[in-house]
Amino acid sequence: MSPVTGSAFFWTSVVKILIVFGGILSLVAFWTWVERRGAGWIQNRLGPNRVGPEGLLQPAADGLKNFLKEETLPPFADRFVFLLAPVMAFVPALITFAVVPFASPLPTPWGLVSPAIADLPVGFLYILAISSLGVYGVVLAGWSSNNKYSLLGGLRGSAQLISYEVSMGLSAVAVLVLAGNITMNEIVARQQHSVWFVLPLSVAFLTFLIASFAETNRLPFDLPEAEAELIAGYHTEYSAMKFSMFYIAEYSNMVTASALMVTLFFGGWDIPFTAWDNTPPWTVLKFVATFAAFWLKVVAFLFAYVWVRWTLPRFRFDQLMDLGWKVLLPVALGYVMVIAVAVWGLGAAGVPFGLGYGLILTAVSAVLLGLLLWGLDRNRVIGGSAARQRARWLADAARQRGAA
Amino acid sequence: MAITVKTMPRPETESSYVRATLKGMALTFRHLLAPKWTMQYPEQTSAPDWKLSPRWRGTHRMAVDEAGKAKCVACGLCPQVCPANCIKLIPGEDEKGNRYPLVYEIDEFRCVFCGYCQEVCPEEAIHVGVHYENAEYSRDAFVYDLERLMRQPHPVSTLWDPSDPKGE
Repeated sequence: MSPVTGSAFFWTSVVKILIVFGGILSLVAFWTWVERRGAGWIQNRLGPNRVGPEGLLQPAADGLKNFLKEETLPPFADRFVFLLAPVMAFVPALITFAVVPFASPLPTPWGLVSPAIADLPVGFLYILAISSLGVYGVVLAGWSSNNKYSLLGGLRGSAQLISYEVSMGLSAVAVLVLAGNITMNEIVARQQHSVWFVLPLSVAFLTFLIASFAETNRLPFDLPEAEAELIAGYHTEYSAMKFSMFYIAEYSNMVTASALMVTLFFGGWDIPFTAWDNTPPWTVLKFVATFAAFWLKVVAFLFAYVWVRWTLPRFRFDQLMDLGWKVLLPVALGYVMVIAVAVWGLGAAGVPFGLGYGLILTAVSAVLLGLLLWGLDRNRVIGGSAARQRARWLADAARQRGAA
Repeated sequence: MAITVKTMPRPETESSYVRATLKGMALTFRHLLAPKWTMQYPEQTSAPDWKLSPRWRGTHRMAVDEAGKAKCVACGLCPQVCPANCIKLIPGEDEKGNRYPLVYEIDEFRCVFCGYCQEVCPEEAIHVGVHYENAEYSRDAFVYDLERLMRQPHPVSTLWDPSDPKGE
């Protein structure tokens, strides 16, 4: 069956956009509920369970409240930028998802419908480009509020996103080296024909995971909005739907980051241990099954976001910078080199791309991951200012002993 | 001279972010599945492991004698001792010379629930109660008059006893 063309292409795209837009927003609403119930459960409480069955209508009540609340517009704010900032945060968060394939191709009477909204040949570059735009929302909101806490939040947001964008991109380069392509569909296909890239590229997955937590401003990296220090950071001055848009942007970023991790490292819409789902002829049943598999994986990552949020305390800013520049960046950079050399070596040795190829890289990565964790473990690398202070303290003590 | 700051160096061999993180994640996951402590209040007002302390000091209650009259003899000690000045007492005297309160009102909005009125009362007439559901639709309704204080059904507080500080 050939892909859809002409007006059928247009209309199927419109339908896909509506479905993905509605789907993401519903998932975001649902996830605000999961976040609050999860928080409650982790703290031995029940969480919101009054509105609707098990509190499931709580997001609807919150949404209604946000629609009816007063829109504050501080007189000291830069009006135009202040109004623009929530949109700048909201739009990139939603359109990043456009290139992620979320199921196997769907056969329709007009032809084969591609599972992503836009099956761009430069898929991954598009994601890097658009997801970085989200920081403008944070920075502009912080700056235009004309409030010192908001400004600090915005500054922290920009510093954090720039720092972690680098290691995120570099860890994704390892995926691209192995996939040999930047089209999302191809990256998924390569994983279906070998192993999920989380195994051969475990170190890259670890750095990507940490960086994506930082990119989505979630705990332990929520310094831009750090409640205890900055009130609410960059969105201190926002109320009602404008605040809600920042909130939706945060959760949409989580969904997109989870979808990215699934696509790059967990085989996208692949169902493990079977080739049934990734071989033509495409059927509606395969579409439904792979669709479910994809979203199941995404939801697992989303749960990890909630779980981590209610477990780990926030980094101090110098620790954040230390982790980003002194640990993640060298690790990601070194790992790209190792993987590039390994891929070149395997190519030179004539090993065909497939399961064996993946397993060799898995062994290499497992050794590197073990070394990395061993290094991180004994407080050797991620010491932050406490370790520096300790070194100074030891030097002082030695000097005093020498003087005495 | 610069201020010297005492730093407490952490033991390098024992501190590990990796292990601590994993330990923390395991701990929170156990709590995620653990039984919950929440008592769903309006539906559920008590639990086997939860009750109000017998020393709880809530809204007042006036004790009544066998004849159904207030035990108060209008001595005037409670308005005297009240730090919030929330008790209004106008004493009266019947033909036999017995004093009784003509007006006895407590403004529960002004009250700080210190329990001094109960402590000072020679007749053990006025008490603070073990009770907390006091919502009303108007401010006026929080001024409890004598009839209302006598009608209150809730148990009364056993105040803190200096000779038995732990309540044993």
